[in-house]
Amino acid sequence: MPDKIIPEKILYSVTGIFDHPDEIINAAEQAEKAGYKKYDINTSYPVHGMSTAMRIGPSKLSYIALVFGLSGTTLALLFMWYVSSWDYPMVIGGKPYFSLPAFIPITFEVTVLLASIMTVVAMLFIFFKLPNNSHPLHDTDYMKMVSSDRFGISIQASDPLFDEVKVKDFLQNLGAHHITPIYFDESEISVKNTVFEPKFIGFLLAVFFATAGFTYFSLNYILAWGPFNWMWNQHKLNPQKRSELFSDGFGMRMPVEGTVARGYMPYLYKGNQAAASKYMINPLLPTKEVLSMGQQKFVTFCSPCHGYLAKGDSRLRGQFPNPPSLHSEKVRNYQDGDIYHIITEGQNTMPSYAKQITREERWAIILYLRALQRSQNAKETDIK
Amino acid sequence: MNPNDSTENFAKNISMQEPIKLPGSINITGWILLIIGVLAIAISFFVDRERSSFNLLIMLMFLLSIGLGSLFLVALEYVAGAVWSTPVRRVSEFLSSSLIFLPVVAIILIFNMHDLYHWTHSEYVQSDKILSQKTPYLNYVFFIIRVAFFIGIWLLFYFLIIKNSRKQDKTGEQVLTKRNTNLSAAFIPIFALTITFASVDWMMSLEPHWYSTIFGVYYFSGTVLAALASATLIIVLLRQKGYFPVKLLQDHLYSLGALMFAFINFWAYIAFSQYMLIWYANIPEETSWMLQRWTGSWKFVSIGLIIVHFIVPYFALLSQPAKMNPKRLIIMSIWILFAHIYDLYWIIMPTYSRDGAVFGWMELVFPVALVGLIIVLFSYKLRNNNLVPIGDPKLERGINFRL
Ligand code: HEC
Repeated sequence: MPDKIIPEKILYSVTGIFDHPDEIINAAEQAEKAGYKKYDINTSYPVHGMSTAMRIGPSKLSYIALVFGLSGTTLALLFMWYVSSWDYPMVIGGKPYFSLPAFIPITFEVTVLLASIMTVVAMLFIFFKLPNNSHPLHDTDYMKMVSSDRFGISIQASDPLFDEVKVKDFLQNLGAHHITPIYFDESEISVKNTVFEPKFIGFLLAVFFATAGFTYFSLNYILAWGPFNWMWNQHKLNPQKRSELFSDGFGMRMPVEGTVARGYMPYLYKGNQAAASKYMINPLLPTKEVLSMGQQKFVTFCSPCHGYLAKGDSRLRGQFPNPPSLHSEKVRNYQDGDIYHIITEGQNTMPSYAKQITREERWAIILYLRALQRSQNAKETDIK
Repeated sequence: MNPNDSTENFAKNISMQEPIKLPGSINITGWILLIIGVLAIAISFFVDRERSSFNLLIMLMFLLSIGLGSLFLVALEYVAGAVWSTPVRRVSEFLSSSLIFLPVVAIILIFNMHDLYHWTHSEYVQSDKILSQKTPYLNYVFFIIRVAFFIGIWLLFYFLIIKNSRKQDKTGEQVLTKRNTNLSAAFIPIFALTITFASVDWMMSLEPHWYSTIFGVYYFSGTVLAALASATLIIVLLRQKGYFPVKLLQDHLYSLGALMFAFINFWAYIAFSQYMLIWYANIPEETSWMLQRWTGSWKFVSIGLIIVHFIVPYFALLSQPAKMNPKRLIIMSIWILFAHIYDLYWIIMPTYSRDGAVFGWMELVFPVALVGLIIVLFSYKLRNNNLVPIGDPKLERGINFRL
């Protein structure tokens, strides 16, 4: 090793200041011409034409925006397609499962969101090398000036052509002022980044647990305390609570004897399938409309157990006592009243559907079921 | 240009330059186009009065777009205190003078309203419950009052703003800029309201049952585009042929290109918003308008609109170099002007021809007259005014503008 005295401060660069954007463009062009490679321009706002003057090609940052923008587009579309037309198809507003116009705003937002966030993140972490935030130019008068209204050039000592005197002359000739060398401590740029220090990580964890704990506590406890619980205590009768109003303490009242509720038709053949079979006749005719209503209701209410074709090949097979086929001899020979009775009252494990299906719909279902039976067991005369 | 020159010397330098003389052939071409166009319009009136009226309506809206849109751009410069556009502001000022011809076209149209507007047929309105509820707004008298009132207000602001700007050429008084800034600040909200109602009156009431609350904004987006495109076209042409008295840098071109690009996107945003809300709500009185534009060959015109008005200019102006490339800007300005006429055609003509799109010589002669009119107007203004506002205190900074 040559016995050189290691200076306390190391020369980083020589800087110069200009007042006008044209001058700084000129300075960059001249620096290029002189063959300097390691120099930088600092301005407080983007000066257009700078990249041409410095002969640095277009920024790569835009490719990151492009890639992430397009990923946003595809991800959004794929996600919406998967959610609303594949995994859980649901008709919304009478629109098709995959309805592009409705997806466009979300696709657009996700595209912009991903592109802009990732551009900023890439800029910070790839181009600015964060979390390293120290730089020899920081905290200098030079930086103060170029971050308000001046334009600066800084030619680095690591440039192969660098010669302190020559560079100073060079800047002088360009008309720069405040020509100053910038020094730095070794320690200044070899600062270890503090992000992975246990203290910092511990701090993050503490913040995390504090936030989570507070959220849990406030949602589960504080909201149950007065005065925050005003939504919980309302002037209405909750289930299992005693009514103050009626002397017998019941909130629900029995209907007045000998009356029925409006629109309610009592079922006359409760527990009496034989009578239902004998006295009830289907009031509907198998028209197109009736059959299509019957089909719709059958698919909605009966097919989960009995299958779309009523063969007992349902989606619930194996999870529930296997429902029978409705093409059996027995059901085919049932009167419409029998089936009506079963839908209304249920039969063994099959629950009653009187609440969900109106009377008319029940008859329509029966007509549709008859059509299904006929399709599976056609009579010879049907073939003609 | 020495940036240290005082503003006074600077203004003198420019004004001492030769007045700009365009080749006479341009003016003559303008006159020929105008005369041929007007003659053909007159003939079309006798051939098919109804169709001619619909085309005249397109022409009116286009004229309004250029005139009022340009005045809006001028006002915008004052209100925003923009510097970059000062050297080219006169171009928009000249273009805004086409507002003067608005009353002529409007009066002809008012005499033919019966051909255009359903709601003027009183026997029809009486038997229609919805339309008879709308009569307090949609009736002859109120319509004409509104038209007169709007045109009056626009012309008032036009004369005031342009007068101050011209006066500044001689006096160079700073206070005139201040005065114009105040005028512009008053004008912009009035502009927003009047252009909305004007578009509702002239175009939306073609289908009196239909309504769209975003319609005014939709027309506004096209208006600004047309004004920007016509100004850009003229500025870049003058610059390329060496007629522009000051040096316009790429920075100026880029600003124009970027504004056009922004408004292309704005138009698409508004157009899609209008479409999507109507499509989603699926209410008959709203969808009828869209369905009409999906009938027969209108379908292709509608699809074409998306391509012509959005996709092509979007990609043509997307990259940064494209926004400062003079050739690209010239082509795209012409393209956008065409797209705006296309847009107006798409809005207005389906009412005339419900079964499918129609296109013939009549649709061609109206734009011919319009182009002629604008050339003649512009070269007249150029002969009698400075192309650059030499008294404007912002001019020097505007010329030295860097992005
Ligand atoms: C929750 C599943 C389930 C649904 C939904 C259901 N069923 Fe049933 N159904 C059954 C089961 C299980 C049986 C056999 C009950 C038994 O053991 O008697 C049955 C029996 C029947 C029978 C008598 C068959 C026979 O051989 O005794 C008829 C008829 C019938 N269902 C019609 C319908 C109709 C019509 C609907 C639609 C309204 C319907 N079911 C909906 C489960 C269901």
